[in-house]
Amino acid sequence: MEIPYTVSTRPDTGLWNAKIGIWLFLASEVMLFGALFSAYIFLRIDAAPGTWPHGLLNVPVGTMNTAILILSSVTVVLAWAALKMRRYRAYWWYMLATITCGVIFLTVKLAYEWPQKFEHFGAYIKPEALAKYEQYLGNERRIEKGFEPRIEITGHLHSQNAKEYEVALDPVNADPDNPVMDRPHFFPLPVTDKIATIEKADVQRATMFLPTHSAYFASYFTITGLHGLHVLGGVIVFIYMWLPVSKKLYQRNPEHLANRVEVSGLFWHFVDLVWIFVFPLFYLL
Amino acid sequence: MDSSASIETHHDPHSHSAEHEHHELGWWRKYIFSTDHKVIGIQYGLCGLAFLFLGFCLMMLMRWQLAYPGQALPVIGKFLPHIFGAGSMPDGKMTPDFYNSLGAMHGTIMIFLGVVPLAFAAFGNFVVPLQIGAPDMTFPKVNAASFWAFAVGGVIMLISFFVPGGAAKSGWTSYTPLAAFADSGPGHDPLFNGQTLWLIGFIFLITSSLLGAVNFITTIIQLRAKGLTWMRLPFFVWAQFVTAFLLLLAFPPLEAAIVMQLMDRVAHTSFFLPSGLVVNGAPVSISGGGSPLLWQHLFWFLGHPEVYVLILPAFGIVAEILANNSRKPLWGYKSVVFSVLVIGFLSFVVWAHHMWLTGMGSAVSAFFQTTTLLISIPSVIILSAFFISLWGGSIRFNVPMLFTIAFLPMFGIGGLTGIPLAFNSADLYLHDTYYVIAHFHYIVAPGTIFGLFAGVYYWFPKATGRKMSEFWGKVHFWPTLICMNMIFLPMFLQGMAGMHRRWYDGGQGWNVANEHTVWGLTGFQWNQPISWAAWIMGLAQIPFIINFFWSIKHGGKVNDNPWEATTLEWTAPSPPPHGNFVDIPVAYRGPYEYSLPGRERDFTMQNEPVEPSERTRRKPPAEPVLV
Repeated sequence: MEIPYTVSTRPDTGLWNAKIGIWLFLASEVMLFGALFSAYIFLRIDAAPGTWPHGLLNVPVGTMNTAILILSSVTVVLAWAALKMRRYRAYWWYMLATITCGVIFLTVKLAYEWPQKFEHFGAYIKPEALAKYEQYLGNERRIEKGFEPRIEITGHLHSQNAKEYEVALDPVNADPDNPVMDRPHFFPLPVTDKIATIEKADVQRATMFLPTHSAYFASYFTITGLHGLHVLGGVIVFIYMWLPVSKKLYQRNPEHLANRVEVSGLFWHFVDLVWIFVFPLFYLL
Repeated sequence: MDSSASIETHHDPHSHSAEHEHHELGWWRKYIFSTDHKVIGIQYGLCGLAFLFLGFCLMMLMRWQLAYPGQALPVIGKFLPHIFGAGSMPDGKMTPDFYNSLGAMHGTIMIFLGVVPLAFAAFGNFVVPLQIGAPDMTFPKVNAASFWAFAVGGVIMLISFFVPGGAAKSGWTSYTPLAAFADSGPGHDPLFNGQTLWLIGFIFLITSSLLGAVNFITTIIQLRAKGLTWMRLPFFVWAQFVTAFLLLLAFPPLEAAIVMQLMDRVAHTSFFLPSGLVVNGAPVSISGGGSPLLWQHLFWFLGHPEVYVLILPAFGIVAEILANNSRKPLWGYKSVVFSVLVIGFLSFVVWAHHMWLTGMGSAVSAFFQTTTLLISIPSVIILSAFFISLWGGSIRFNVPMLFTIAFLPMFGIGGLTGIPLAFNSADLYLHDTYYVIAHFHYIVAPGTIFGLFAGVYYWFPKATGRKMSEFWGKVHFWPTLICMNMIFLPMFLQGMAGMHRRWYDGGQGWNVANEHTVWGLTGFQWNQPISWAAWIMGLAQIPFIINFFWSIKHGGKVNDNPWEATTLEWTAPSPPPHGNFVDIPVAYRGPYEYSLPGRERDFTMQNEPVEPSERTRRKPPAEPVLV
């Protein structure tokens, strides 16, 4: 038995099956990520003043990852075009480039960006103790200038005992009155060697930059995690299409392989597009 | 997603005959890991029926506690602790936690493991490709993946009954913050606990319906037989088409919500947990900043379209059987089709009518109240068209038709009693009472499930080549109809007396409901006749179960078109072989050409060519009316 229109197009719709299938699938993906982004907006609007973090992510690395993903979207189109021109060798190389881009993206995310966050520490100070840590928060000046007050001290956790945390401060807490610290930096500043001692009794909540840290990191890890799973899925499919097993299909029916690359390429563009939303929402805004 | 056609035979795209490349598959590939839409449909059907019965059994247990709170359940009560653990029914007396588990899992199982798999996946899989003259679904392997994702999800839900602490117990809606803290703490596994397994099971179920929905829509767009234009599609196909879109677009937001609740439970985030939360008298160490209302929005964004996922396939089945057994074309086919499209669209903008009491604000309420009332218009158009279809028909009262005719007033009651709930002022009083239970059960129990029974009796001959017994079908029908009404009609009264739907003791301790009597019984006392009706209805399903399995091998043999129907599935052999049709069907006419004048038979099948005499036949010009 043969399913019609797997490769050729149906005359009255002008489409082959998988092309409709992938667009429907992408429609549902739009709803999935749409719901997550809506949740992000909902939580951000709901957040108490001053509690939504800014400038905690590494913007240059994020920019690089964005460029890598966009590049991979170009190479996958070139791979498809090469197949359409029946140039398997070129296809093979473009596909390899796409896969490499995907792998680099994931590696940067999982081996560099995420672990860096896991090592970072933040302590929310109780409202009544905020004045005690004025030297790290600089709130007098901020309130004077009409900014939201700072309520968290961040940095690297050096040590802790039953009573207090010792934190190597982030520049923003090391030099809180410096006007340079009023806005996030494009190039992240390294942690200073200025150590602050924070009494546990003054701390409302202290965690590493894990999903538990705040609604911001919860949505960051959830959305980038789900996005990362999509990248991984795309890479696995591309690897399958790049392996010799697909060359056999190419020799039998090159158009069929081209169609497969087209639909997985559409998926890849979508994954790329999601990142185009993730990047400004979490890194820039 | 790659296409799943058999690429080996690709060089010969014009060969469609089943014999051409016929090779015998082993038993496992043929009946268990099959990619044939009919086998998958039957697998879904059997699982769906089994889950429906299981969900009903959970409810029958709950009905004991409601009617006789705190009393030991005789006989069965002795065995249940051995199955569900000592915490479920010590000495045959139900614990509150077990009652809550039963309630949450009754809803979950009935909706997501019973009705959706049966109405959408089983009937859709089996009937849609046959009705559109297709050899199979467009993506047979994806179809099989859909079934197996469903099976895994179902097994996870079942396993959750047997983990320490028991199955999920925060209601089928799993409202946070309750659901975020339920089934956690001492005595619970961090991962293998009721609520977490409920969430994980759901991810599989959502995956399943996503794969199914993509497949259905693509199949209906791409694999319609030659000549089968959109306005010649049987209404059942239209209903499934819209249903598939609802599943495709409404389920992902719930998936997002489920992922977030899973993060809340496993990674201890605070998506749905507000700041300053106090649990069991102690402040919780969480970041806070989340929103319980967000969960409700995301849940009901699925939850409301889901209602139409439950009812639209039943509409489709009812339309087929109504036209077939009244021997008349479906009245107002086009208006019915457009109504179903409008319902599909509007069902996405009514969700917050489940949330009148959350304090969303009157502007939001006014918007959703308006859309909710709007959506009743197309529903009423459809129901009216169904009623008018009966007018002047020569009705055959066979078992599918009995269930279909019963569907109409039952659905009507369910729909009309929803109108007070649609007004947010009236709902303030009725919210979360038994009135709500009665309202939506009239839609899904004697509504949808009657539609499904009708469908089982109607398409059984196509699947097996044999008919189910008419006599035992009637023995099944009448008690079921009577008991359904004995269960749900009194619940309207209980609800209006103010009985809350989640009370473990059935309202025993609530004085206001028990001060007033309706027809001689107080709100609480009504629980007893309702429970007895539920148990009798349970017994009334036995003839159906026996009839169903007995008829597979021993039912009366029938020809390919036993109901003398017009749609394309009846041109295929019964049961249809792999590839479905002996000759690829071509459609020449609409789906319900019953009782065409000047024909020998009172039905004209879609694949019968139009005769020259038909082309010239015109309606006579209307006579001028003199007043």
